Amino acid sequence: MDENRLDGNAAGGVLGEVFPFEMTSAQVACVSCGAVWRLGQAMVYMHDMGTIMRCATCDNPLIRVAHGSGRYWLDLRGVRYLQAEEA
Amino acid sequence: MAEEVRGRLAWRIGEVVEARPETPHAKSLFLEVPGWEGHKAGQHVDVRLTAEDGYQAQRSYSIASAPEDGRLALMVERLEDGEVSPYLTDELRVRDRLELRGPIGGWFTWEVREGSPLFLVAGGSGIAPLMAMILHRAAAGSDASCRLLYSSRSREETIYADELDQLAAEDGTLEVIHTLTRSQPPGWTSYSRRIDKEMLRELAPSPEELPLTFVCGPTPLVETVATALVELGHDPNRVKTERFGPTGG
Amino acid sequence: MSEGFFSRGFRGRRRQPEGDTPLPPGQYLVEGFPVLSAGPTPRTPLDEWDLSIVGGVDEPRRWSWEEFRALPSEEITTDIHCVTKWSKLGTSWEGISVDTLLEGVETAAEHVLAFCDGGYTTNLPLEDVTGGRAWVAYSYGGEPLEPEHGGPARLLVPHLYFWKSAKWVRGLRLLSHDEPGFWESLGYHNYGDPWREQRYWGD
Repeated sequence: MDENRLDGNAAGGVLGEVFPFEMTSAQVACVSCGAVWRLGQAMVYMHDMGTIMRCATCDNPLIRVAHGSGRYWLDLRGVRYLQAEEA
Repeated sequence: MAEEVRGRLAWRIGEVVEARPETPHAKSLFLEVPGWEGHKAGQHVDVRLTAEDGYQAQRSYSIASAPEDGRLALMVERLEDGEVSPYLTDELRVRDRLELRGPIGGWFTWEVREGSPLFLVAGGSGIAPLMAMILHRAAAGSDASCRLLYSSRSREETIYADELDQLAAEDGTLEVIHTLTRSQPPGWTSYSRRIDKEMLRELAPSPEELPLTFVCGPTPLVETVATALVELGHDPNRVKTERFGPTGG
Repeated sequence: MSEGFFSRGFRGRRRQPEGDTPLPPGQYLVEGFPVLSAGPTPRTPLDEWDLSIVGGVDEPRRWSWEEFRALPSEEITTDIHCVTKWSKLGTSWEGISVDTLLEGVETAAEHVLAFCDGGYTTNLPLEDVTGGRAWVAYSYGGEPLEPEHGGPARLLVPHLYFWKSAKWVRGLRLLSHDEPGFWESLGYHNYGDPWREQRYWGD
């Protein structure tokens, strides 16, 4: 049991800075184990260095976001696909 | 309805119109937010504080009011070593302005049209988003069954205690069950321990009823409840969780 | 963005040091020891733990926990600086110098990649973990290092931003090329000198 982890909802704000979609209900497949999740079901670790969303089955990072000195960095390599609904 | 292209989530300013203590450690803040386009029960806002030298601190707070309510309500629990919550509960006054963005969230949300049975499990300040669901359900006049299991330390620390009792008294399809884990008033006949699998076995709707379950509160409580419900046969995709972290939102 | 807005009466928890101890630019002091984690806290049992030196070396090295703790150790008192702007002065640690771990190692490598339980990595020039500038620490504040702070052992490289002091370290891979680690591949500066405020790429 890890007290630092939150649910995907907690990353809704950060993802909303970058994507024009509502992202916590977006569907992703983990590139490592194949599990399919809504991002709201992912395990989120977030603090001032960045936001790390991990697969709830295998802990592989799905999405990583950092933000500093006027730039965003996004790593989506942990996601095989991402499906988001139009507004 | 015209198709809207959603822009990036933007910060905006709300004004505090009322600050109401709920318990010794929790306060409701009511805000007017010009241009607020509404929200769904379960969504949250991010609140950002900025000091005069530019230093910023940001936290998320669940919206505790129903979408039908004109004002936005946030429920803030004062954390002793917190940086943001003591400011919100001790310093912020009526007519002060607060920077926020939202509403945020599309997974941990519930609308009346999604149906029931609705099973809500809250620990401490985790009641906030579930209160929005309960109030939305009442405002929409829904009679789909709803049961709330609410864990607090004591009666004095039960947020919305009177309001919940009132709502349950008026509505036969809403059931509110409290468990008080540290101290109980004289004559207490309900539960007096932390939520565990046995309690859930007694109180949760059966998996066959296909309930929608929302669990919110401190991380240990959420994990205990979610794990137990899945062990009791509930579909994990119908058990939605919002962890508040080690001590609360 | 609401330009010019500020929250009446909000100051935050920051402090500046008393006297004239300088902090690196942009830093402030904190009470407590913040925990920033990018994933679940590993909890490797000591009888399954080992520490390795691998990669561009003549002979890989490996120590079990008992062998590691039997190496000559040092007490270190140092300041630490997190890229998220908090600093702590005079923190006390106990650990094994990386010079001790690399004693007698033959290598042409110039780069190091620290690897850890949970998958975290960070990269450093080999010369920044030698010459008495880096340790593998197993004790903080006189107590065994807690899992949430990187226990049983973490890298300690206090002259760089603290993300380089990799928690739950399990070894150093010596490389002839530089390989950006977990944060270095996500916008954080490849070197990370707090005194030159090297927080992000291009700083």
